[in-house]
Amino acid sequence: MKYAIVALALLACQALALDVNGQLEDRALQMRFERITHDLRCLVCQNESIADSNAELARDLRRQVQEMLVAGKSDDAIFGFMTDRYGEFVRYSPPLELKTLAIWGAPFAMLLLGGIIVYRIVRERSRMPLDDEPAAGP
Amino acid sequence: MWKFLLPFAAFIGLAVLFAFGLNPSRDIHALPSPLIGKPAPTFALSDVLDPARTVSNGSLKGQVYVLNVWGTWCIACREEHEELLAIAQQRVVPIVGIDWSIDHELKERDKAQQWLQQLGNPYSSVAFDHDGRTVIDWGVTAAPETFLVDGGGRVIYKFISPMTAEVWQKEFLPRIAAARRAGA
Repeated sequence: MKYAIVALALLACQALALDVNGQLEDRALQMRFERITHDLRCLVCQNESIADSNAELARDLRRQVQEMLVAGKSDDAIFGFMTDRYGEFVRYSPPLELKTLAIWGAPFAMLLLGGIIVYRIVRERSRMPLDDEPAAGP
Repeated sequence: MWKFLLPFAAFIGLAVLFAFGLNPSRDIHALPSPLIGKPAPTFALSDVLDPARTVSNGSLKGQVYVLNVWGTWCIACREEHEELLAIAQQRVVPIVGIDWSIDHELKERDKAQQWLQQLGNPYSSVAFDHDGRTVIDWGVTAAPETFLVDGGGRVIYKFISPMTAEVWQKEFLPRIAAARRAGA
């Protein structure tokens, strides 16, 4: 009984969508398949990748990714196939381009801005007299 | 001086951002289709009513046409069916259908034949996409989706959701007229 519960709990952790066509035989290809499908948004349920989604469209898209991998297509070609049809929005990590510069640059810009603010505050405070020293005089 | 201007500048920045982001007339789920302005993806599929026949959009070159993606499993498609029949009655443009089969178990072709017989057929022809490949080529995410293709074979408009008389009047008819003027 105990083991059954553990087994069930482990099964529940398997959030990956199930496929009829199963895994690719070539391990390297299968790893590329995992990486690519995790980077593609399922447009039916927009917060899931096509690797995680059980939507019919996601299943069909996984099949197409598999076929393209077997046909020897490069990652760029596969992503190109998807963005030609569904736009840049399908990619969870859009390529670094002029128009995506804001997305990629914003974290660094914010870090820099925060750093400057902290630096100024610390410098200003360090110039202040220490107020926990006993006051001079009687 | 800049110490006073900085919060003010930040306020202006946020106000502009919110004006875009919180604009109620902006549909946050609308996705720009990369297909607009591009040549329509070609297909040659079997006819849903007569498997021996081939339905292809290659033969429609030079013609403005509407392409409607639907399936019998799609409730919203049932909703728009009456409207499609009314549009077909107007005989403005041919409506080509793509019947999207999402599962081999579901016997989509049989159901589609039944659907067209019982509810009426607004389509000039219906292609049967048995494995969703053509639908993916058209960048369809959820049926029903309706495309407008101009005489040059380019996709000029895409509408996601059930078709309504209002959308047909406001979005499709003016574009059809403009496409015909440009083509003439």
